[in-house]
Amino acid sequence: MVTAKDINALQSLNSNEEIKGRSLWSDATHRLKMNKAAVTSVIILLLITLMVIIAPSFSPFSFDEIDWDLISTPPSIANGHVFGTDAIGRDLFVRTLYGGRMSLMIGVIATMVSLLIGITYGATAGYLGGRTDAIMMRIVDILYATPFMFFVILLMVFFGRNIYLIFIAIGAINWLDMARIVRGQTLSLKRKEFVEAAIACGVTTPRIILRHIVPNLLGIVVVYVTLTIPQVILVESFLSFLGLGVQEPDTSWGALVNEGAQDMEIAPWALLFPAGFLATTLFCFNFIGDGLRDALDPKDR
Amino acid sequence: MLRFTLRRFLGAWPTLLILMTLAFFMMRAAPGGPFDTEKTLPPEIQANLDKKYHLDEPLLKQYGRYLLDLAQGDFGPSFQYKDYSVNELIAQGFPVSLRLGGTAILLAFFIGCLLGTIAAIRQNTATDYTVMAAAMTGISIPNFVLAPLLILLFAVHLGWLPAGGWNDGALLNTILPITALTLPYVAYISRLMRSSMIEVLRSNPIRTARAKGLPEHTVILRHAMKPALLPVISFLGPATAGIITGSVVIEQIFGIPGIGRFFVQGALNRDYTLVMGVVVFYGILIIAFNFIVDVVYALLDPKIRY
Amino acid sequence: MLKKCCVVLIVCLISFTQASFAKPGNLAEKQILRRGNGSEVQTLDPHKAEGVPASNILRDLYEGLTIESPDGKVIPGAAESWEISDDGKMYTFHIRKNARWSNGDPVTAEDFVYGLRRSVDPATGSQYSQILAPILNAEDIISGKKPVASMGVEAVDDHTLKITLKAATPYLLGLLNHSTTYPVHRGSVEQHGEQFSRPGKLVSNGAYKLKEWKVQSQIVVQRNPMYWDNDNTIIEQVIYLPIEESSAELKRYRAGELDITGGIPTNQYSWIMKNLPGELHVTPTLGTYYYGFNLTRPPFKDNLKLRQALSMAVDREILTEKITKAGEIPAYGWVPPGVNNYSSQSLDYAKMPKAERIKKAQQLYQQAGYSRGNPLTVEIRYNTSENHKKIAVGISAMWKKNLGIRTKLINEEWKVFLENRKQKKLTEAFRGGWIGDYNDAFTFSELMQSDHGINDSGYNSPEYDKLLEQAATESDLDKRRSILESAERLLLKDHAIMPLYFYVTKHLIKPYVKGYQPNILDHTYSKNLWISKH
Repeated sequence: MVTAKDINALQSLNSNEEIKGRSLWSDATHRLKMNKAAVTSVIILLLITLMVIIAPSFSPFSFDEIDWDLISTPPSIANGHVFGTDAIGRDLFVRTLYGGRMSLMIGVIATMVSLLIGITYGATAGYLGGRTDAIMMRIVDILYATPFMFFVILLMVFFGRNIYLIFIAIGAINWLDMARIVRGQTLSLKRKEFVEAAIACGVTTPRIILRHIVPNLLGIVVVYVTLTIPQVILVESFLSFLGLGVQEPDTSWGALVNEGAQDMEIAPWALLFPAGFLATTLFCFNFIGDGLRDALDPKDR
Repeated sequence: MLRFTLRRFLGAWPTLLILMTLAFFMMRAAPGGPFDTEKTLPPEIQANLDKKYHLDEPLLKQYGRYLLDLAQGDFGPSFQYKDYSVNELIAQGFPVSLRLGGTAILLAFFIGCLLGTIAAIRQNTATDYTVMAAAMTGISIPNFVLAPLLILLFAVHLGWLPAGGWNDGALLNTILPITALTLPYVAYISRLMRSSMIEVLRSNPIRTARAKGLPEHTVILRHAMKPALLPVISFLGPATAGIITGSVVIEQIFGIPGIGRFFVQGALNRDYTLVMGVVVFYGILIIAFNFIVDVVYALLDPKIRY
Repeated sequence: MLKKCCVVLIVCLISFTQASFAKPGNLAEKQILRRGNGSEVQTLDPHKAEGVPASNILRDLYEGLTIESPDGKVIPGAAESWEISDDGKMYTFHIRKNARWSNGDPVTAEDFVYGLRRSVDPATGSQYSQILAPILNAEDIISGKKPVASMGVEAVDDHTLKITLKAATPYLLGLLNHSTTYPVHRGSVEQHGEQFSRPGKLVSNGAYKLKEWKVQSQIVVQRNPMYWDNDNTIIEQVIYLPIEESSAELKRYRAGELDITGGIPTNQYSWIMKNLPGELHVTPTLGTYYYGFNLTRPPFKDNLKLRQALSMAVDREILTEKITKAGEIPAYGWVPPGVNNYSSQSLDYAKMPKAERIKKAQQLYQQAGYSRGNPLTVEIRYNTSENHKKIAVGISAMWKKNLGIRTKLINEEWKVFLENRKQKKLTEAFRGGWIGDYNDAFTFSELMQSDHGINDSGYNSPEYDKLLEQAATESDLDKRRSILESAERLLLKDHAIMPLYFYVTKHLIKPYVKGYQPNILDHTYSKNLWISKH
């Protein structure tokens, strides 16, 4: 049964729509706000980010300070080491947050790098097709076929352990995945009616790629970005596992988790806290990604 | 189709050559040589070693020599494992890595697609949430945490499975490493599959199929599966490269004599020939695999024409 | 002659004790020993091999003129006795008449001559042959100045081998169980060339022969029935597993897949002590962990006071108690304790109380031109390893706390690290470690000679070099000893290096593995072990 109030509401909604119109993005934001998991994730992620940036300065301990009498001690409120200490007596709370700074920075910077290169490259290749596509994808294949570690190990060797180069290196490798996926998607998109219509209207190629192809790629791209940030963070931890990660006394979640994993039986806190932060962050990215995907999906309107 | 296949095949050769050249000169540019040890070698012995492995020749000549040998299928002697040739080492390590990585990718593909499809069909139900939560956990736990965890549980405490070693590929020895290698990729693939399946299920052809009153399983298996698989197939290329990388960790932790372990050891010890051998070998493999993926993609998506 | 009798008598005594020792009652049915063996060996060619993992396996496969008893004493091996000339320069070895290669051929003096010559022949490309320098002309042959045949080794007859030395060398007998001195089977080397050390081709003269070698997987050696003392070998088969990660090794040990480990993860030391009581064997060994100062560049060039201050500001007891944990000995000297014919020297401040030490360090630091307001910035370079990392972090924290120094840690991959260390163009302070090749102080002293290949500090003291030259030609043991001791005192006074601790070896050994005895070189022959019923 429809009440008068409902009709009123509907009417106002309709008129609202007529006045403002609704862009794809404002609509998406609205839908995202309805997704509880995504909203919670955004809040948690913001909290973690804030904590990672601000909290270390409030701690009585510094990230490279050693307490020789408290080697590998479990968490304790009494001595102030709420996350316990690591195998050389450093406060794990501060180190976990410092590690978070590093990991998030690596994740975001490297993903941005890969995003920029990957989308442009993949969409162009996929849309233009033919010989251009073949050559462009051949280049991707060449880079692909370079076993990734080989590339990174050599970079380490040439440039020492310069962490900023590592970001770029990881990003520069990840764009390959992005480019391939985007290209694959573009290949099917470009046969779609709306693209053909745009071509028929005489829209220029760059404009078609930017206005028609790229927005329609966003769904898969967003899902992929949410996979990429955690992936990058994991790649960094893989480097830490090989002993090629960040330089001490700096640290990252990957490095901390790797250290913790060695002693998980005797000092579980050294694994659990950094791994908890790492996993929570990755979870959040994933939920946000899912939320965005659902929100952006134009077919679900 | 045949022309496309053939062109792709021919196109792979220059790729390989560029890759090889890149690897060759990058490797040589790295500081430290294969025979550098803590002790300084007497010059006479250094000279002899260099001569034996042709390191005293100009770089371009070495490169030419390498290409010539390679053309005959000879990867050269290993600098590090002095009693073996690179061909022998790859012949030893590859079957192991193939079994490990191949099983992992097949399992990941099937389980991932299955879980992803189930989650998509039951979108926003408890099943969906459970599958996705499990998948996210799988993505969030690094290999090198998962593997020791599995070892501690199943080998050290329960004593059901061996804690390491390959034992010529005995089934029991392969269970833990394959599990540790597969799980993250099951997670990736099930997520990809879910999102692509959801998209396909909402598309017009599927709505039409449903409207015709076809039973749900027919709709999904006959109509939705093929297009939904496209992004997953696309992902298989990167996944393979990823599994190769991941298997380095797994091979290291479980003490498995695969090619990934040779590679890391080779790179660290400047075993030029071994590293080159693995790079070229993997290069061929990855190119071949991507080629197959492309062909399969083209077969599945009739809209793509070349 | 008298000397010879003594030797023979000792031999008899030892073999008696061994025999009575080696007849245990309750043997396990399966005599298969599984040993964790660090990184994969690069070659089983004894003359090209280097590193501990390869030596461990080669000791089972081959037998030198001498071998070691389970507790590390030099005893007759392939040679049943020997005589030493009065000037100590001429050794005559009598090869056992019943010594056999694994294919049944007799082991002759000629095999040893062939082996030793092959070792120093530059064409072989041995990376360790310099260790044979005491033998007449060996050095010149290695550097290509003399023909191989000029080496001071000679087969008098099938069973008599003469070795002539450049100068009296008290550690020669110990040196003769090093793999560079092993004989190789000439026929099979000539037939198979580079591939002679493969399973099925390798002919060996030790208690075991090579059965299987799967690279990065396992090396299996099997009892050699031709071995002269085969009756006393109990272990049928030894499986060597290359496991680099000590935490992975521990898990496999706990899962019952290993009988002896190559090491332990230090962080789990207390867990091991509590949960695996009696299975951990810790033994001091001939090794020193140190930090070198690059003396060719600022800030350490011509800055003795700074080096001394840095050295004094490090609390070695804390490093060994809190980081290495397993009983490593804080080092105040360069040559480890327990070396034959030598007494340990130590830094002048070793006995000073800690607080006073730090005060003195602060004074020296200021005299060197630095202060809290104008602190030194210094780089520590170390190669990738969990332990090196912790030590570096620990030291930088001590320097920061005691002197206000700002330290930058630079962790490099091994080959890059080595290259930088050798070139001395980038390094400031760097990590170093040295394990003695044989039980004599010289294996440590020689490192600091100005022209030595591992003198990466660039220590260049004419006085030190002169002392070492003297020691090399001194045949009087007591005089030689006092020369080497004064050389070490000089080195320590100059603070070219900062010794940190002396290594220990750490093995987990299952309780059912019997016959193990700790020894300072950490040489455990599998033939001396057995597995009891369990």
